[in-house]
Amino acid sequence: MSTTATREQIEQRVFEALEEFGAEPEEIGPDAEFEALDVDSLDLVELAQIVEDEYGVQLKGEDMEGVRTVRQAVDLVVSKLP
Amino acid sequence: MTRNAVITGVGAVTPLGVGARTLHERWTAGRSGIEGGFGRASDFEPKEHLSTKDVRRSDRFTQFALVAAAEAIEDAGWEDGSPPGDPDRTACVIATGIGGIGTLEDQHIVLQEQGAGRISPLSIPMLMANAATGVVAMKHNLRGQSFGAVSACAAGAHAIGMAERLIAYGDADRVVTGGSEAAITPLATAAFSKMDALSDSGVSRPFDRRRDGFVMGEGAGILVLEEEEAAKERGARILGYLRGYASTSDAHHLTAPEPSGRGAAKAVELALADAGVAPEDVIYVNAHGTSTPLNDRSETQAIKSALGEERAAKVPVSSTKSAIGHLLGAAGAVEAIATLLALRDRIAPPTLNYEEPDEGLDLDYVPQEARPLRNGDVRAVGISNAFGFGGHNAVLCLEAS
Repeated sequence: MSTTATREQIEQRVFEALEEFGAEPEEIGPDAEFEALDVDSLDLVELAQIVEDEYGVQLKGEDMEGVRTVRQAVDLVVSKLP
Repeated sequence: MTRNAVITGVGAVTPLGVGARTLHERWTAGRSGIEGGFGRASDFEPKEHLSTKDVRRSDRFTQFALVAAAEAIEDAGWEDGSPPGDPDRTACVIATGIGGIGTLEDQHIVLQEQGAGRISPLSIPMLMANAATGVVAMKHNLRGQSFGAVSACAAGAHAIGMAERLIAYGDADRVVTGGSEAAITPLATAAFSKMDALSDSGVSRPFDRRRDGFVMGEGAGILVLEEEEAAKERGARILGYLRGYASTSDAHHLTAPEPSGRGAAKAVELALADAGVAPEDVIYVNAHGTSTPLNDRSETQAIKSALGEERAAKVPVSSTKSAIGHLLGAAGAVEAIATLLALRDRIAPPTLNYEEPDEGLDLDYVPQEARPLRNGDVRAVGISNAFGFGGHNAVLCLEAS
């Protein structure tokens, strides 16, 4: 578990996860909206699991409320880095 | 007014390959999809047919159902994979014996080794027995009734029977229906084996004296049923009719069939009555024919009892399981498709590996090689039997156009 992850690294990891979830690679970017990427609430729970595994950031359901874009998700993780 | 159910499309994934006609052609040619004691759908590569997202979020049994459904719907000529009429009047009923047991087993290992926090949030939506129904309904915008059917090895036939009833009753104008199973997993295999249900020899030889249990198979069969007038109005090609359906219970033993085949015979009789046909009209019987000592004996009794000794002696009876093994909750659906395509081609596909007759098992089991069916002016009417643990008996009566 790394506690020295940079914002860039986290963003990169989120991009990778989204691709694994089946989002089109060319559509993935900081401003992409999850809905447009066809990433739904079940995918976001998995994303939260990855983030917890790799960065020790615990995200609860309510934390994710209102998170619509990739940038918002990355900001949230960065703000909660231990 | 009677509302008849016609079959306008079929799709299948089986140990003989991907495609309903592939199943029919290969089985008719005498090919077997069983290797090393299992009927694996080894030609099936999910990524060739499905998106990354669909593959990732679906248990193998749902993947089979998605691919078979897409084939059936395309075969039925539905444009863009969507209902050719009101989606609210389009239903989806898909059977399974066990559902996503592969996912369940995998996640149980995660639970034991890594703890509850590592369980995938996709676990339940992947393992639930109605997952295939829900996913297929979403994929094709089927917004009428949708539910799974669960009755072990009779489930596929129950789903199709229920689909016919939805149309006949007027609840739906079209139904995507069938069954799917992917249970060749460590736990399921060990458990069936512990019951002495599986073949030790690894050979599926229904009705043969040396039969020693069933061979597990996997796959899916999906049919598109439509109300006859609506289908004709849109100019659909009609493959055949689901003429009759009936279901009974043995109320005898949880896993063993009633030895005289009473419940199974009753289901055959009622299905013929539902179809309005006589035993003399039946030109082919697609048997449940599991290759277990008990089923093949009681089923033989049931066929004799339902059709009468004289008629039963003349009708070709063959078992699809001789070529693909036992697809459990998908069996009734895959075999209904095999029955329909056999009737269309007026051919009785063979019971493979049938060599040595058993005492009292004296029907015409179409050993080894396919044979032309009675031809000429007669209607192409056949029945497909499906019996399940729990004492469930479901019988479909089909007629090819």
